[in-house]
Amino acid sequence: MSDGPHADVDPALVSTRSVELAVMALLFCLSIFLGWDNWRIGAGWAPDGPQAGYFPFYLSVLLGGSSLWGIVAALRSEELREEIFVGRSAFGRVLRVFLPTIGFVFLVQLIGLYVASFIFVAAFMVFVGKLKLWKSLLTGFIFSALMFYVFDVQFNVLMPKGPLEAAFGF
Amino acid sequence: MEALESLLHGFGVLLTFHNMLLMLVGICLGILVGVLPGLGGPNGVAILLPLTFTMDPTSAIVLLSCIYWGALFGGAITSILFNIPGEAWSVATTFDGYPMAQKGQAAEALTAAFTASFFGSIAAVMLITFLAPWIATFALRFGPPEFFAVYLLTFCTFVGLGKESRHKIVISLALGFLLAAVGMDTVSGELRMTFGSVELLRGFDFLVAVIGLFGISEILLAMEEHLAFKGQEAKIRLSVVWRTWLTLPRYWLTLLRSSAIGCWLGVTPGGAIAASFMGYNLAKRFSRDGANFGKGKIEGVLAPETAAHAAGTAALLPMLALGIPGSGTAAVLLGGLMVWGLQPGPLLFVEQKDFVWGLIASMYLGNIAGLIIVLATVPLFASVLRVPFATIAPMIIVSCAIGAFAVQNAMFDIWLMLGFGVVGYLFKKTGIPLAPMTLALVLGDKAEDAFRQSMIGLDGGLGIFWSNKLVGTITTLALMMLFWPLIGKAIDMVRGSGRGVPAGSESSRA
Repeated sequence: MSDGPHADVDPALVSTRSVELAVMALLFCLSIFLGWDNWRIGAGWAPDGPQAGYFPFYLSVLLGGSSLWGIVAALRSEELREEIFVGRSAFGRVLRVFLPTIGFVFLVQLIGLYVASFIFVAAFMVFVGKLKLWKSLLTGFIFSALMFYVFDVQFNVLMPKGPLEAAFGF
Repeated sequence: MEALESLLHGFGVLLTFHNMLLMLVGICLGILVGVLPGLGGPNGVAILLPLTFTMDPTSAIVLLSCIYWGALFGGAITSILFNIPGEAWSVATTFDGYPMAQKGQAAEALTAAFTASFFGSIAAVMLITFLAPWIATFALRFGPPEFFAVYLLTFCTFVGLGKESRHKIVISLALGFLLAAVGMDTVSGELRMTFGSVELLRGFDFLVAVIGLFGISEILLAMEEHLAFKGQEAKIRLSVVWRTWLTLPRYWLTLLRSSAIGCWLGVTPGGAIAASFMGYNLAKRFSRDGANFGKGKIEGVLAPETAAHAAGTAALLPMLALGIPGSGTAAVLLGGLMVWGLQPGPLLFVEQKDFVWGLIASMYLGNIAGLIIVLATVPLFASVLRVPFATIAPMIIVSCAIGAFAVQNAMFDIWLMLGFGVVGYLFKKTGIPLAPMTLALVLGDKAEDAFRQSMIGLDGGLGIFWSNKLVGTITTLALMMLFWPLIGKAIDMVRGSGRGVPAGSESSRA
């Protein structure tokens, strides 16, 4: 899918046009899907006014129409074809933050937010930031402790907790 | 005057030790939020909203609105010292602010930016003080058709005056409305677009959406652009502040012009971003020395900052008076009102006098305090940016997760936040604006209710929206706004001149 000419700095992974087409196509499918569901529950007029699906049905039509328009506009645009959406190394950097974030959310589910955030911050600093181990561990610990103090203790906003907090009786 | 009396009452509500302390905390947090990439006005406020669940509404709004002022101030710091706009509305400030800093005039530029922000903001607050109660009284007569017409006007203005391609704005709006409609229908009790999922029964909470769309996506973008902070030194001496202040009266016209632009664009949902560019461009056009803009002219800092701050503040006017936010952050504050159990709309001025006037009073005090604090603490906050991004990024992500979870204590919302983060990243990069979606998410249910209440008993006729002078005028105005680009072209054709519109340049991140 890549368009070659800009290969000198950061080779293109995908052009803006391809991404825009994909996004518009997805939105179009979504609009069909939602429109169908709203049609199912009734998008007409009952004696007492519009039915439940009326408003969202016509919004789906609007969404579908504009995304079709978007597909046509993207196909006709020459400059979008040339434009790089994201380069290879740039996308690598995006993944380097996004994948650990997914891991972090999994950890939150397993062992609670505070321990997960300690691991996340410290590991991110060590592996992505290439910072010193002791600095990373200390920062992660102080940050998690501070968050715990502010949210759970001071403001009574309870976060998901795991075995460690349970051991301390929280 | 009645407004002044109420304002004094507001100061009375505000001047407790507790509220003043919250104000200081809010401003400092706000500056931090404005300085850090990945945290901005809307999601900064959204993340901290859970902290206010247990507070009384007045203290809560004081804290949150001060975060907003702080964020507006903070955006200028990174623009001037690091050439990186912390907020989209500070992009125009980099044009002349960074060159000034390179010439060794960082202190002058910062002083000018903060003072201009202060000036713009106070102008807008005065507008709110005197205009909002009047508009609210007027709006008390509104029924469902009038409210729907006003919503329509808001959304049509977005489409007609937006800088992005029309179909992209419509996509953003329609998607926001659709997401808002997911879940149990409030009128008929039917389930809409849940597809049998229990998690979707609650619907999409817009705070979660805001945190993902603005917070997570911003981190992904910042990572992609490989931000490296190499900034100028920042130290502000009092003598420099005085010297800069003494030169400011010379630019009174720029300040006034930008304030007016900001107030206007803030009230209509054009927003602070458009205002800052427009302020800059007009100052450049009318300046005797326009050619030197972009090389470090103090006017080039004053104009966009005044306009951005005026717009950011004026965006609260329709939120207070009508329950319709003029910006993303105002939308989050509106969401806050609902969380605290207040019903936004014109009745606020009648039923919640303490709250409304406490908020307005805090706008005055918050901006004065903000100016002093930001002048005193610039070196501190500038040093925050020298912390490696690999340290800041995970902390911001954790804060986002906490904010998303706390809204409804649901693990599902954290996953949803991640999903919205990806959507936000894709939308930002393909030029689909996020602000219309946010507003539609907040207002979706209310707009639909207003529509259906107007329609009760009618069999599909839209005549109700032209049934009296008031609602007819608003509806017609809305349609005019929607087709404004066409109308503008027609006027130009009739005149036979190809005069360009003095609009700002593209507001996307540099």
